[in-house]
Amino acid sequence: MPWIPRGLRNGIVTSRYPYKPDGYGAGFRGTIEVNPDRAAQVTEDVMIVCPTRAITVEGEKIRLDQGKCILCGRCVTKAPQVFRFAESFATSDLRRRSLVVPSLEESDATVDAVRDSLARRVKTLRRSIHVRHVDAGSDGSDEWEVAALTNPVYDVQRLGIYFTASPRHADVLLVTGAGSTGMTESLLHTFEVMPYPKVVLAAGVEAISGGLITNGYVTREGIASVLDVDVFVPGSPASPFGLLHGLLMAVNLLPRPMQHVNAMAEPETTTTWGREVT
Amino acid sequence: MMDASATVSLSSEPFAAKVRSHVEAGARFAGLMASAQGPRTQLLAVLSQHGSLIVERTILPEGTRQYPSLTPSIPSAHWYEREIFDLFGLAVSGSYPLEPLVLPLAPGTARPRPGSDVPLPFVTLDPTAPITRLSGEGVFTMSYGPVRSGVFESVEYLVETPGEDIPSLNLRVSYKHRGVEKAFEGLSVADGVLLAERYEGVASIAHALAYCGAVERIADLTIPMQAGFVRVLHAELERIANHLDTVIRHVEAAGQAVAFSRFSLHKERVQRLRARLCGGRFGRGVVVVGGVSGPPAMSASHLLLELDNIEAELAADTKLLMGTPSFLDRLRGTGVLSPETVRDYGALGPVARGSGMLEDVRFARPYAAYGRLGHGLLDALGEGDALARQRVRLQEIVGAFGLIRRAVEELNEFGGPPDEKWFTPVSNVSGDALGWSEAPQGEILTWVQVRDGVLTRVKPRSASFHNLAMFPLAFPKDILTDFAFIEASFGLSIAGVAG
Repeated sequence: MPWIPRGLRNGIVTSRYPYKPDGYGAGFRGTIEVNPDRAAQVTEDVMIVCPTRAITVEGEKIRLDQGKCILCGRCVTKAPQVFRFAESFATSDLRRRSLVVPSLEESDATVDAVRDSLARRVKTLRRSIHVRHVDAGSDGSDEWEVAALTNPVYDVQRLGIYFTASPRHADVLLVTGAGSTGMTESLLHTFEVMPYPKVVLAAGVEAISGGLITNGYVTREGIASVLDVDVFVPGSPASPFGLLHGLLMAVNLLPRPMQHVNAMAEPETTTTWGREVT
Repeated sequence: MMDASATVSLSSEPFAAKVRSHVEAGARFAGLMASAQGPRTQLLAVLSQHGSLIVERTILPEGTRQYPSLTPSIPSAHWYEREIFDLFGLAVSGSYPLEPLVLPLAPGTARPRPGSDVPLPFVTLDPTAPITRLSGEGVFTMSYGPVRSGVFESVEYLVETPGEDIPSLNLRVSYKHRGVEKAFEGLSVADGVLLAERYEGVASIAHALAYCGAVERIADLTIPMQAGFVRVLHAELERIANHLDTVIRHVEAAGQAVAFSRFSLHKERVQRLRARLCGGRFGRGVVVVGGVSGPPAMSASHLLLELDNIEAELAADTKLLMGTPSFLDRLRGTGVLSPETVRDYGALGPVARGSGMLEDVRFARPYAAYGRLGHGLLDALGEGDALARQRVRLQEIVGAFGLIRRAVEELNEFGGPPDEKWFTPVSNVSGDALGWSEAPQGEILTWVQVRDGVLTRVKPRSASFHNLAMFPLAFPKDILTDFAFIEASFGLSIAGVAG
């Protein structure tokens, strides 16, 4: 009995995301942005400082592949005029190529076609989405972030998203880890027994590209070498808001104006934290 | 570069004899590691005597197929020998074959041999790899995993049971072997820390500290005092988050819905606090070779206020939880590890402390700024059951808050280091050394070899690896429904076992 009032103690702690921006504190390193106008100021040295070779410099064009970026910030230190940490969580994408920023030139029609095709596929799921998680060789931190989605702050059940024990009930396969060869068979088997329609989500750069352990003796370039991936969620590991953004994108439930809105823009709460040196 | 107590034996027989004699003299066996050196293989045994490390080495010449087994006198050496067999193809002399542990390859297949600088092409695992099973009337094997119900790391438990009891249990961790040790080869010392952080992601800080400790020992470098305080701050927040994670797993298994929500909320607050301090929820990038990347991005007063808030709410919920009989009944007497078992196996961390073995690397061999911040040893809690391990963790959370407060206050008093140099860069070093830290799971040992600033071999030995070997011993009187509690009470990460 004493637990009942305990549950009420802090009032509502649950985020309103995606309907309203969340007040998650400033300073979170969600992604790295590239300022293409300043690209002329860097040399090819900056390619070498990146431990996952996520940066390419071709003449005056500079690109960062967020599907490889582990957010170590080596490039931000090396060339702060071009690279900077941004607080955005809304980094998921439906196409591997689209994770390269600034975006590669291509017609909007191609991007729309991918989105529409997925939207048609998941239409029947409506607002009851069952997610099966599989660890395909993660470092263990990814599972913490996936599990955090059920805590009262993110509370994915409020959005009709549930984690399910059986793949036979699952609509979304959420895969973490680099796709180790030992997990290939289990991963494929889990995917096969899922009913149609089904969606595959690669969570974290290890799942997208292998990250630091790409092309080893038991890993290739992420899980895309095993399964067709529908949604890519960058991050090392992907944060709970990043995962939520990716999940909602997978089932086409992101409110349209929120497609690219930061979870943290315009915080509702006015909590600000000192940035001064201790 | 190793410390003075290191000795090199000319052949493997005296090497094994020396290791055995240290254990007979009361030393704790802390690990057996291997490293390829061209066609030869170096073996390194680490032992701990009253908290200080003893290192024994030998070099196996080219063409060596086997070396003397330590397992008959040191049972905890078994998993190390299995791992060395998988990665190097080296067998042990003795009558029993070694079962694969992290990398089941067909006999005669080329092995990764970390340290050799020769890349191994993509391999296929051997699906027919043997695994020990119990046989007996009415005993059947229940295979649980690698894809289990819930959000877990991949591992397969082979539970041998006649129905209720668990007379025997075996496990397979090889599903998620990632080949991390091989991936270290050729990285710069500065980039090596990024991979160390990802060896066992929930203990990123502890692995970064063990790795950097080894490199700093090779470079004979002292970190700025202030950097030591920042390291303690992040390491203790990591400890609190990990211990809260075990509480969450316990209450989830016990079906305590409100407690699950409450402790999940507390853990989320700790993770967000960590993000506010450095930009990331796992503190990655904070610990760098030679110090830390910078000061915490929060003022001391804000940080202390936030800590007070979290600790006060957590303390109230902890008190209630530890007075909830329906929760305690599931843990009391569950998964008992006797003091003899933990001593014989040289158990680590809260698993050892729950059975009365109190050694804590933070205070036995102080690193970062622990030497300055004083002792925080626990009271003896010797029941050895899941409840005792849980009490240890709850005490350690209280201790961690104390250490963080002291570190923040000291940092506030001293201000930044001269010229705001929070780290001393290390580049062109050569040598090898061991580094260590006390992760939330227990002692980490990391063996680093570097030549001209380029890593040739990094071998992290996580506490998860050492402790998981004892997991099958924790089921003397327990039944299937206790499984989730015993697993949670070990608090381990499979990533740190499979490598």
